[in-house]
Amino acid sequence: MYKILRKTRLNPISVRIDVEAPLVARKAQVGQFIILRAGENSKRIPFTVMDSDAQAGVVSIIYQVLGAGTMELDQLTEGDSIRDFVGPLGEPSRLSGLARVCVVGGGLGCAIAYPSAKQLKREGAYVDGIVGFRNAEAALLEDEFRTVCDRFTLLTDDGSAGEKGFVTKALEERLSAGERYDEVLAIGPLPMMKAVCALTRKYNVKTTVSMNAIMVDGTGMCGGCRLSVNGQMKFACVDGPEFDGHQVDFDEAIARSGMYRDFEAHAREEACRLYEKEKAR
Amino acid sequence: MKDSGRVPMPLRDPALRRGDFQEVSLGYGPQEARREAARCLKCKNRPCVDGCPVGIDIPGFIARIAEGDDDGAFETLSRYTALPAVCGRVCPQEKQCEQRCVRGIKGEPVAIGHLERYAADTWQRKNYPAAAEIGWNGHRVAVVGAGPSGISAAGELARMGYQVTVFEALHAPGGVLTYGIPEFRLPKAVVRREVEALEKLGVEIACNIVIGRTITVDELFEDGYEAVYIGSGAGLPRFMGIPGEGLNGVLSANEYLTRVNLMGAWREDSATPVLRGHRVAVVGGGNVAMDAARSALRLGAQEVAIVYRRGMEELPARLEEVRHAEEEGIRFHTLCAPLEILGDKGWVRGLRCVRMQLGEPDESGRRGFSRIEGSEFEMPVDTVIMAIGTDPNPLLPRRTQGLETDSRGRIIADENGLTRKGRVWAGGDAVTGAATVILAMGAGKAAAVDIDRALQGGKTP
Ligand SMILES: Cc1cc2nc3c(=O)[nH]c(=O)nc-3n(C[C@H](O)[C@H](O)[C@H](O)COP(=O)(O)OP(=O)(O)OC[C@H]3O[C@@H](n4cnc5c(N)ncnc54)[C@H](O)[C@@H]3O)c2cc1C
Ligand SMILES: Cc1cc2nc3c(=O)[nH]c(=O)nc-3n(C[C@H](O)[C@H](O)[C@H](O)COP(=O)(O)OP(=O)(O)OC[C@H]3O[C@@H](n4cnc5c(N)ncnc54)[C@H](O)[C@@H]3O)c2cc1C
Ligand code: SF4
Ligand code: SF4
Ligand code: FES
Repeated sequence: MYKILRKTRLNPISVRIDVEAPLVARKAQVGQFIILRAGENSKRIPFTVMDSDAQAGVVSIIYQVLGAGTMELDQLTEGDSIRDFVGPLGEPSRLSGLARVCVVGGGLGCAIAYPSAKQLKREGAYVDGIVGFRNAEAALLEDEFRTVCDRFTLLTDDGSAGEKGFVTKALEERLSAGERYDEVLAIGPLPMMKAVCALTRKYNVKTTVSMNAIMVDGTGMCGGCRLSVNGQMKFACVDGPEFDGHQVDFDEAIARSGMYRDFEAHAREEACRLYEKEKAR
Repeated sequence: MKDSGRVPMPLRDPALRRGDFQEVSLGYGPQEARREAARCLKCKNRPCVDGCPVGIDIPGFIARIAEGDDDGAFETLSRYTALPAVCGRVCPQEKQCEQRCVRGIKGEPVAIGHLERYAADTWQRKNYPAAAEIGWNGHRVAVVGAGPSGISAAGELARMGYQVTVFEALHAPGGVLTYGIPEFRLPKAVVRREVEALEKLGVEIACNIVIGRTITVDELFEDGYEAVYIGSGAGLPRFMGIPGEGLNGVLSANEYLTRVNLMGAWREDSATPVLRGHRVAVVGGGNVAMDAARSALRLGAQEVAIVYRRGMEELPARLEEVRHAEEEGIRFHTLCAPLEILGDKGWVRGLRCVRMQLGEPDESGRRGFSRIEGSEFEMPVDTVIMAIGTDPNPLLPRRTQGLETDSRGRIIADENGLTRKGRVWAGGDAVTGAATVILAMGAGKAAAVDIDRALQGGKTP
């Protein structure tokens, strides 16, 4: 059992939890993830390690309440325990040796991108941050980003905070103005990463993306997290989750992410009803 | 003595069982077991024993059953195997012990597997007290993976007085017995009891720990373990490399079965999704393919077909599973190879295949096969499950310095399981590639003996 030491609501849809998991904390590196199971009959859900403190034995994750699984997780409060919590999984990010990097985050992907930005800064890189959200309400970690970025732009789809538009707009402005990066790190929804890659390909800038494929075990056993990278089959949980974005077959990945859509929609409805009832009581 | 023929295993009606996940074979009762046991000729040269990878005293345990001494039968078995209730159910007996049985020359071999299962199940139902306290010999050993191989290594070492911790990556122990083989063939309660027996021996099972990630092998030594046994099993599923494998509705058998078994997706109220296809094709002919096909049927498919490139005779699955699958209405497209998975809006809509023909046997006796040109045809399906084998899991060797693998990614180990890395042993599917439960167990047992020899000069009696 893994105790939730602190639970912080970051905005109406995103929550940070700090979990007591000393063995995972001792090893976790930027770019890695964990898989948890909230209770005895819950599904296994992957989340990126947002922060970890080896000394204190604490691992922090940020989750967004999306469907039945994350709703169930969200029922747990401080002092409750998570049934299973395994990690760190996946290969750590390769961030050393980079001098100029643009970190592009979209939505909850910002939670995944932030630790990379922080680490890059620590390694002495020039960090340019571009983050985008649906609206002001969904914005996340703005202050944190500001402290680790040499340059920073926040955008929202509707202009309710920062600039109006998509992250690709800001990135294109920079690239077309002659801005050069050793690498662009893009983390967010699949269509966003696809769009960023299309843009950076034009400017010939190496781009790394983090692929949140559907997973079960996360240890390289089931093959569920497979993707096509440069025409070859790769497994996000053992070969990734980070890949060269210019080699990823995004269309296939986007299609595959909808594999269980019907089930998920049904489960979400059921969960809504169940938890609404509990709240009413 | 005239042979009355093999006592048939009582089975559930195919029409009923194909609709649920309850066990298909019901097991012998005492009368049936005694009658079957009486068929054993107690051969002096014991050919059957040579066919068993762990050398069980087969005539010995069968004689106990014949005498009505079921406990004695179980005690005999447990001298050789840690998982008799499992092996009695899943060993490919027709290629092992029963293949050598003298009774099989003229008629049907003695049902060694059914009798083994009978002895193990009867004993467990009695819930005996825990094995007497075994004194600690002062040594600690770590085992990686709680599959059959790790379990038997741990059990063997614990009985010798070692303090053993088994580290398991998943949230539940059992390996393939838990995540792969379905409930209707191997009830999870059976696996749980075997694991509990291990815990009663003082073995600690630590789940949710991925060795190589959460803790490295070298750190295990730093933590005071004096030897490490790796039973990490087979890993990444293979695909065929044909067009259309990226479509929705194409799954590996491992993913499908893990969702169904480990995550319990066969229950309506499960939180884990599983595709409930209407027309399902399963590519492959082994136990994994049979399990996937029969699970699909139980999840409501109207039509399930096995697609296998060789003939019925060559199916590598256990004979019993093939028979049961046929009874349940699984169709067999043998001598048939997939060429392409056809899609519509990103989802599977069909499988294009070509018929094959068998050629003459080559020097090794295995028959070659070739395509029949012009015989291509399409099967309308919405789900394709690939069950064509697995490659060893790369995670642990990649993350362990000095642990060498061969060109196919299998950990290199000698006949006792010793790897090229000092004080590290390995066995089971991680070393052999996908094989059988009993071979994985045998490897765990052999390594335990070798570990004892290395740590204490084999002083343990
Ligand atoms: C390596 C990795 C890191 C991730 N990091 C984070 C994170 O830090 N914070 C966060 O909120 N989310 C993260 N995710 C996504 C998170 O796992 C999904 O949001 C979660 O599974 C949704 O579950 P649900 O039951 O609430 O919703 P569902 O109703 O099951 O699904 C909602 C959406 O999530 C996607 N999804 C479903 N199951 C999975 C799965 N097992 N893996 C990936 N995507 C899935 C579906 O495509 C669907 O569009 C990560 C995923 C991966 C693979
Ligand atoms: C669907 C299916 C049906 C089968 N049917 C039969 C049958 O009828 N008869 C038969 O004899 N054989 C059958 N087999 C084959 C048989 O199950 C295997 O040969 C056997 O389980 C191998 O045992 P093992 O202990 O080597 O590995 P596994 O059973 O694979 O167990 C390995 C364990 O190690 C864990 N692990 C892996 N890496 C790590 C790590 N880094 N850290 C911690 N833990 C780790 C895994 O999670 C797993 O629990 C079947 C296999 C499958 C998949
Ligand atoms: S363990 Fe398997 S091979 Fe050995 S006697 Fe039992 S069923 Fe036969
Ligand atoms: S070969 Fe058959 S008949 Fe002979 S001892 Fe073995 S099981 Fe009995
Ligand atoms: S999640 Fe199963 S292999 Fe990656």
